Amino acid sequence: MVLSRPASESDLSVLSTSASRYVRDSLPRYKMPESSIPKEAAYQIIHDELLLDCKPKLNLASFVTTLMEPECDKLVMESINKNYVDMDEYPVTTELHNRCVNMIARLFHTPLGESEDAIGVGTVGSSEAIMLAGLAFKRKWQNKRKAEGKPFDKPNIVTGANVQVCWEKFARYFEVELKEVNVREGYYVMDPAKAVEMVDENTICVAAILGSTYNGEFEDVKLLNDLLLEKNKQTGWDTPIHVDAASGGFIAPFIYPELEWDFRLPLVKSINVSGHKYGLVYAGIGWNIWRSKDDLPEELIFHIKYLGAEQSTFTLNFSKGSSQIIAQYYQLIRLGQEGYKNIMENCHENAMVLKEGLEKTGRFEILSKDDGVPVVAFSLKNKKGGHDEFVVSEMLRRFGWIVPAYPMPAGAQHVIVLRVVIRAEFSRTLAERLVHDITTVLHELDKLPPKVTSEVEENGNNGVVSKRKSDLETQREVTTLWKNYVIAQKEIKRQKVMAS
Amino acid sequence: MVITTTIPDSGEHLDSTFASRYVRTPVPKYKMPANPIPKEAAYQIINDELMLDGTPRLNLASFVTTWMEPECEKLMMASINKNYVDMDEYPVTTELQNRCVNMIARLFNAPVGETDTAVGVGTVGSSEAIMLAGLAFKRKWQSKRKLEGKPYDKPNIVTGANVQVCWEKFARYFEVDLKEVKLSEGYYVMDPVKAVEMVDENTICVAAILGSTLTGEFENVKLLNELLTEKNKETGWDTPIHVDAASGGFIAPFIYPTLEWDFRLPLVKSINASGHKYGLVYPGVGWVVWRTKEDLPDDLVFHINYLGSDQPTFTLNFSKGSSQIIAQYYQFVRLGFEGYKNVMENCLENARALKEGIEKTGLFNIVSKDVGVPLVAFSLKDSSKYDVFEISGSLRKFGWIVPAYTMPPNAEHIAVLRVVIREDFSRALAERLISDIEKVMKEMETHLIRVSTKTAHVTATVDETQDGDDGGKKHIKKSARETPEEIATYWRQLVARKKTGVC
Repeated sequence: MVLSRPASESDLSVLSTSASRYVRDSLPRYKMPESSIPKEAAYQIIHDELLLDCKPKLNLASFVTTLMEPECDKLVMESINKNYVDMDEYPVTTELHNRCVNMIARLFHTPLGESEDAIGVGTVGSSEAIMLAGLAFKRKWQNKRKAEGKPFDKPNIVTGANVQVCWEKFARYFEVELKEVNVREGYYVMDPAKAVEMVDENTICVAAILGSTYNGEFEDVKLLNDLLLEKNKQTGWDTPIHVDAASGGFIAPFIYPELEWDFRLPLVKSINVSGHKYGLVYAGIGWNIWRSKDDLPEELIFHIKYLGAEQSTFTLNFSKGSSQIIAQYYQLIRLGQEGYKNIMENCHENAMVLKEGLEKTGRFEILSKDDGVPVVAFSLKNKKGGHDEFVVSEMLRRFGWIVPAYPMPAGAQHVIVLRVVIRAEFSRTLAERLVHDITTVLHELDKLPPKVTSEVEENGNNGVVSKRKSDLETQREVTTLWKNYVIAQKEIKRQKVMAS
Repeated sequence: MVITTTIPDSGEHLDSTFASRYVRTPVPKYKMPANPIPKEAAYQIINDELMLDGTPRLNLASFVTTWMEPECEKLMMASINKNYVDMDEYPVTTELQNRCVNMIARLFNAPVGETDTAVGVGTVGSSEAIMLAGLAFKRKWQSKRKLEGKPYDKPNIVTGANVQVCWEKFARYFEVDLKEVKLSEGYYVMDPVKAVEMVDENTICVAAILGSTLTGEFENVKLLNELLTEKNKETGWDTPIHVDAASGGFIAPFIYPTLEWDFRLPLVKSINASGHKYGLVYPGVGWVVWRTKEDLPDDLVFHINYLGSDQPTFTLNFSKGSSQIIAQYYQFVRLGFEGYKNVMENCLENARALKEGIEKTGLFNIVSKDVGVPLVAFSLKDSSKYDVFEISGSLRKFGWIVPAYTMPPNAEHIAVLRVVIREDFSRALAERLISDIEKVMKEMETHLIRVSTKTAHVTATVDETQDGDDGGKKHIKKSARETPEEIATYWRQLVARKKTGVC
């Protein structure tokens, strides 16, 4: 007699994922599971958990591109299995990389002949780009000092306190001292005069930012160049400039073409830009351009025979995907200068719409400038009841928006801002909706019972916020406040009902 | 009267791309074009040029994964716009990375409790992983030397000459001296005895490779550990070991579980593995795991306030895509231990089949070992008439990319061809490759016979036309066979000189 087994046990491939046992097992966290599971189940389970990530397009905290055209997506997917470093195997991809370097170099007015090859490299992001640029400065300075017979063990870099963390990383990992120019209330970027004062014989370069992450402002690179030229004349130190144009590099050339910040200034020796910010490509691509061959010490370049071909490379990473490089080339030829200009103008417009909407509430002070990266940084004029920008940020999450709040850098840490980054895909509709939701949040904020005042005074008097409350603490506070508020509302309602 | 005007170029959007003017204009190479073009045209132009790239799956030079399941690709595409570093915004993605670190740490027998969080990080590749590991060793060693009041300005690392170029990069960029143990003919990996000899008080670590890129061989980490433990006892230097398991890290645990190479050896303090090699993920992900918290100096870890939350990070790169990390987790969950084991066993089987096919030709020596990364490295028994570089060039005609290179010092006179067996290299492809190799060899032989018969004919005529100018001195013109031979030899030597070292 044949005993038939129930179908559900015998033929798992028949079952839909939801009917299978795979959705009943918890996903492994610490140890690789013993057995395989069907690919549909793997896909579904992981996909579902990822639903709890925030929506990238509503992530107003980030400068990094979150939307590209489907044609580009197609190119991205088709090249996802090409290891960029196999230059001999994928010569066209390598060529596209070189074309991007050339185009970006000319965008920055690198002194080059028409068909001369620019010196530059594609990286995984501005962090890698900055490390490469910093390494080049460090090595050049060391060689110079060795030739002069002077000590070369204490190199330093002068930047503003508003630098992005990758400069601090560079300093710490590559053993260079970071000399930061503190900002002050009302002036949230590096002061060129103070920066030049800090320059000494051990300074390998001064780093200026075109598009401070805190409020989008462009630093005055021209003034820095002029002041540094003078100092160099007096001291003979020949200190160069690097421009961290991570955000601004793809904005200034299109909407502020007369602004002199790039290689038009003689002391600027290298510039980095993030392809994945206003270069309008998905996360994972940056560029660093050097003025000339002399600015990139030959000993840093590796000439290797990889898989059969000679390559000159100067990168930290080796194997990586090709998708973003191809996507960058797509954007450069698809949009052209006109296309980029239109997009940046739109961003600027929408930033103004948002800014005006916020100003109209009468509750906010705008800390970002009109010119610069299309960013709106704003803080509460009056922290009623002790509720600050962090609370606003938490409340906006309910509507789906991610708007970060953070203190300004050293010198103005008591100033807390909320910051909305206007990316290419942030339309006017979304801007208006955001204003509407912020207005709603303000109303709710007003109804909240005041916070415990002593804490606020403590922070306010010192002028130094020692450590920002952890997320958990803030969450707990907010939850308690809400609970009290809801209970209060219920009580009001109950009384209304009783009264009627 | 209304005069209607025709709208110029109104039909432009109707043109198919190849009917439009966009395929007539030269492709921009040096300067960003002034005007935009339709997205279909942009796609087509780029796609068409890219057709001339090599086919990734036929790229037998690379260890890096070239095929993943469609379900995984779907997940990757969906997360391509997630900036991995936005940990606060994408907490699940961050969690998936942590799970991968935990799984890999346990795969490598890291001494962590069942629910402890392992110390490790996802990187863009093994290069970044190695730089982070090296930085940790360097900083730890510096702190130790400072405490002892000794000089700390001349750190060095001991490795084999067969190391991948990223170690040289680390050394050059982070100002660490690289002390390389030379290879010798027949022994193409780092000799543990020689390595330990080279260790001095300035050595920050000894780096062993599990899966040498040249021959796929696993270095004897256990022996290294024993010898180094002894030396440490004598000297008190406490020199640690790092294992570069870029390729081998996802092979050894599945096929050679009894091989002791990982954290089971007490001197091993950190291990890196490439997720995009036998981790079976597309290029762009690597992993480094430290034994314990103590092996990662805290002053290297950044606690930053980025976009509104506190995050500890230790990476060189910052913003990057999330796709590969999610894909790595997918592979772990989808395949599990059993799945990876099956894949690796298949790879070894196909490698064996390829090796036997190559041996059968009778023209090659097999340089790779049976135990190790599934690859077949082979050299010509007789390189006098033609060499492996020519064979490599000829194989390209069939579509195969099989690299040829010379060994590092002191075995530079050995040149090999190397075929890497990846997950997607089926038995069918192996057999096809063997048959194409046979064709190429036949071609090489017949070409030579043809050349020698032709030149024999020409030599006769040349001798007849020899003239004695220059004051009666008779110049014996080189025979027509000798000249091309000379030229060929000259070129071969020139190329051979250039082609030393490989990754």
